[in-house]
Amino acid sequence: MRKLIFIAPTIMFVVLVGLFASQLLSGRDPKTIPSVLINRPVPDFALEELPGRGMPLRSGDLKGEVSLVNIFGSWCVACAIEHPFLMKLKQQNVIPIHGIDWREKNPADGLRWLQKNGDPYTRVGLDPDSKVAIDFGVTGAPETFVVDKNGVIRYKHIGPVTEEVWEQTLKPLVEELRK
Amino acid sequence: MKRFAALSLAALILSAPLAFAVQPDEMLKDPQLEQRARDISKHLRCVVCQNESIDESNADLARDLRLLVRDRLTKGDNNDQVMQYVVDRYGDYVLLRPPFKMTTLALWAGPPLFALLALGLGWRLYRRPSAAHVDESPAAPPLSAEERKRLEKLLRTEESGS
Repeated sequence: MRKLIFIAPTIMFVVLVGLFASQLLSGRDPKTIPSVLINRPVPDFALEELPGRGMPLRSGDLKGEVSLVNIFGSWCVACAIEHPFLMKLKQQNVIPIHGIDWREKNPADGLRWLQKNGDPYTRVGLDPDSKVAIDFGVTGAPETFVVDKNGVIRYKHIGPVTEEVWEQTLKPLVEELRK
Repeated sequence: MKRFAALSLAALILSAPLAFAVQPDEMLKDPQLEQRARDISKHLRCVVCQNESIDESNADLARDLRLLVRDRLTKGDNNDQVMQYVVDRYGDYVLLRPPFKMTTLALWAGPPLFALLALGLGWRLYRRPSAAHVDESPAAPPLSAEERKRLEKLLRTEESGS
């Protein structure tokens, strides 16, 4: 019993080191917050079009087909990183991608950005004051939601969608949802 | 001087929680409603910066959440309804004070449990501390006459010296 007391701190230290190491090495980003909206219908919303682009985004548009909803903004650096890959998806015509243009200071900025970098989106809604972004539980841009044909959110990816994310996570899920 | 330093340090520490990011243009005209908005905001986590409440955070999203809280309040929601509105979208995670649930059991029950454990262990040690010493070490031999004399002399000089 007495000996245990002297060994206890060492044991606790080892346990803590193990705990910290497993968290550090798991590669989990502590900034990603699990979404509570998974398997829930998309929130009801009706966003305006980007001025001059047409094709605004409403919750009703997300029914009938598996689609991606991508939160972006012309101010968002990481969005510029994922953009070429979204363009590639668009060219392959694998899935409709809808955009929510989030928190533009100037309503014209979004379209200007899309004209410069290419427009991978089918429909785009303008959300300058986070009304819909908050309904989607958005914590930052970019974020990408997989919505099934019944308009139910099935997955949320935080951060840029890369080839790797698409091939390993999103594509298998999309194929599963299409069955 | 020391007292002044301590006082100014205390003032500094006490004033720190008063830091907030609410801009004048966000505030509601009704001071009572504004106070409720501030109270709610202090308990909601900024999802961008995570260790700040939306009341303290300068993030754009925190600002939009503050405005949303005020919007819900002016529409007649009570404080719990406003909190629930945000929790429905971001989960319990946005609450700076997590609710007591099965999933948060370890969080809430852990610290008191460990405190009890430590107290119990301490009590056991306190109850029989010398017993072990006495059992393990041989009894000290009695002092010899010479040692006794030295001890008395030492004690005497100690007393007169003080």
